[in-house]
Amino acid sequence: MDNVISPENIVYQKPTLLNDNDMHYCPGCSHGVVHKLIAEVIEEMGVADKTVGISPVGCAVFAYNYIDIDWQEAAHGRAPALATAIKRLWPDRLVFTYQGDGDLACIGTAETIHALNRGENIAIIFINNAIYGMTGGQMAPTTLMGMKTSTCPYGRQADLHGFPLKITEIAAQLEGTCYVTRQSVHSVAAIRKAKRAIRQAFENSINRRGSSLVEIVSTCSSGWKKTPIEANKWMEEHMFDYYHVGDLKTI
Amino acid sequence: MDNHYSNTSEVLLMKGNEAIAHAAIRCGCDGYFGYPITPQSEILETLAAEKPWETTGMVVVQAESEVASINMLYGGGGSGKRVMTSSSSPGIALMQEGMTYLAGAEIPALIVNVQRGGPGLGTIQPSQGDYFQATRGGGNGDYEVIVLAPASVQEMADFVDLAFELAFKYRTPAMILSDGVIGQMMEKVVLPPFKARRTEEEIRRDCPWATIGRTPDRKPNILTSLELRPEAMERHNLELQAKYRKIEAAEVRYEELLTDDAEVLIVAFGSAARIAQKAIDLLRAEGVRAGLLRPITLWPFPTLRIQQLAQQVRGILSFEINAGQMVQDIRLAVEGRTPVRHYGKMGGIVPTPDELIATLKSDFNL
Repeated sequence: MDNVISPENIVYQKPTLLNDNDMHYCPGCSHGVVHKLIAEVIEEMGVADKTVGISPVGCAVFAYNYIDIDWQEAAHGRAPALATAIKRLWPDRLVFTYQGDGDLACIGTAETIHALNRGENIAIIFINNAIYGMTGGQMAPTTLMGMKTSTCPYGRQADLHGFPLKITEIAAQLEGTCYVTRQSVHSVAAIRKAKRAIRQAFENSINRRGSSLVEIVSTCSSGWKKTPIEANKWMEEHMFDYYHVGDLKTI
Repeated sequence: MDNHYSNTSEVLLMKGNEAIAHAAIRCGCDGYFGYPITPQSEILETLAAEKPWETTGMVVVQAESEVASINMLYGGGGSGKRVMTSSSSPGIALMQEGMTYLAGAEIPALIVNVQRGGPGLGTIQPSQGDYFQATRGGGNGDYEVIVLAPASVQEMADFVDLAFELAFKYRTPAMILSDGVIGQMMEKVVLPPFKARRTEEEIRRDCPWATIGRTPDRKPNILTSLELRPEAMERHNLELQAKYRKIEAAEVRYEELLTDDAEVLIVAFGSAARIAQKAIDLLRAEGVRAGLLRPITLWPFPTLRIQQLAQQVRGILSFEINAGQMVQDIRLAVEGRTPVRHYGKMGGIVPTPDELIATLKSDFNL
C-alpha cells in the first residue's frame, strides 16, 4: 500500500500558499473555504510575488496568518482606501481586500462605494454572514428581517433597525465596477463557482479592468447558534431568498 | 515659472500652500491623497493643475474624506512609497484613527496640517490651536508623531523632503504643522532641487518591510497594529518607546534669536515666531534684552535647551495663537526654575507685536 502515496496518484493538494497554522475559525465557518480558494487562485495565476492582500477588522482580521503573501491589516472598514493607494502606486500588482459585512457594508460603506465608483482596479471579497462574528453575534447591516442577534434579541424589525442592506446591488449600479457577483461556498458545486468568480475578479485587478466585487453569502454557525449543517440549511432557506446568488454585472 | 522640475535656484513668489505642492513634486513624492478644506485647498489644486503624473509619475487622488485619505497613506506608505496628505484642523481630527494605526504598524507618511481656529467647525482664520492634537495625538494608545513647524514659505518647501526623510528613517508618521498665515501668505521661495522618485529596486533595498508582493527569497511582509498576546504587545510597545527616545535624542530642531544675553525669553513657533521676531526688534530698540527660541520640532520638543535658558532669564513667555498649549511643555521643561507665562489669541485673531510687548512688560515688570 506504500506506493499509493506517490505524485501520480495525487488528486488533490492543499495550495502551498495556505500554510499549516491552525485556523481560529469556528467549525462550519465559510472563511476557511474562501481562504483556500484565494490561495488556490493566486497560486494557479502564479502571481504570489505581485499580490497584496488587505485584511479587515472582524473574524478575518488574521487572514494574514494563513495565506503566505504580503498583507496589510486595515482599520475597520478602510480596506478599500488602502487598496486604492497600493494599486495606484503599483499598477501591475494584484490588490484585493477581504471584508465582512460589518466592515464593508456598515462602517466602511463610504470607502467601499467610492473605491468602486472610482473604478479602482482592485478586487473586493465580501463575506456576508449577516452578523458580527468576532464581537459575538451582534446585528449587522445585512441581518435579515426577524433574525435574532445579541443586539436585536427579539429579531430585527424595521421600525427599530431599518432594513438589510443589499450593498452588492448598489455596487452593480456604479459605473466603476466591471464585475459584481454573489456566490456561496456551501456545496461542492457552489465552491467551484465561487472559485471561478474569485479568479475573474483577480484577473480584472491585474488587467486593470475596473473594480470587482465578489460577495460570498456565508454561514456563521456560532453567531447563528446552529450546528454547521443547520447553518447551511438555514442559509439556503433564508439567506438565498433575500441575497440571490448569481452574477449581477459582467462587463 | 514654467519649469518647476529643473534644478535652478530661481527665486519665486508663491503661497505657502503652493510651495508645499511644488516641493512635493520635486522631492520624489509618489502620491498625494487629500480632501478639500479651507485654508489649504491650494495644495490639492496646485497638484491637480501641475499634473505631476505626466512628469514625475506622482499620483494625485482626491479622496472621499479625510478618513479615506489617511488610510490611503497607510496603504501607500506601507508599500514603501513616499505618500502625503494635507488638511486643516477639523480634517486632521478625522485622521486621528489613521495616525495611530500608522504609528502602530510603523508606516512612514507625511501629514500636513494648515491650522484654522476651533473648536468644532470653528473658523477658517488662522490658529495654532492644534498643538495638543499634533503633539499629544487624538488617536488611542502610546505613540508619538514627529511634528515640524514651518515659520516661512521657504520652510514649507524645505520641510516636505525633511519630513519624508525622518518618516522613513524611523518608520513613523511625520507632520508639518503650519497655519492659515503661513499657508496663505506669499513670500519669496527657492524650491528644493529635483530628486527622482525611488525605483522598485531602491524601495526593495531601503524598505525590506514594504508590502509589494512577496518574492520567493523572503517571508511574507505583514503590516498590522494588532497583537493579542500581551507579552508580544508589550514588546512591540517597548520597541516603539525605544524608537521615540532615539528620535528625542537625535532630532530636536530649534532656532534662537538674541538669546546669548537675554534677560527674558519668548518661545514661539510657526507664524507666532514671526510676530515675536518683530516684537524682539522693538524691545531691543528700547533696551530690553529679549530673546527668542523657536522650536522647529514640536515633538521632539527642545526641552534641554529651554532648561538651560531657564537658568539665565527672569522669565519665559510662551507666545502662541491659542489658549496656551505649548506653555505646558515649557513648564514641564523648566520645572519651576523661572516664571512661565502664556500670551495668545483665539478665534482666528492674530496678535500684534505691540500686544505681545505690552504683555511681556507687565508679566515680568520690565
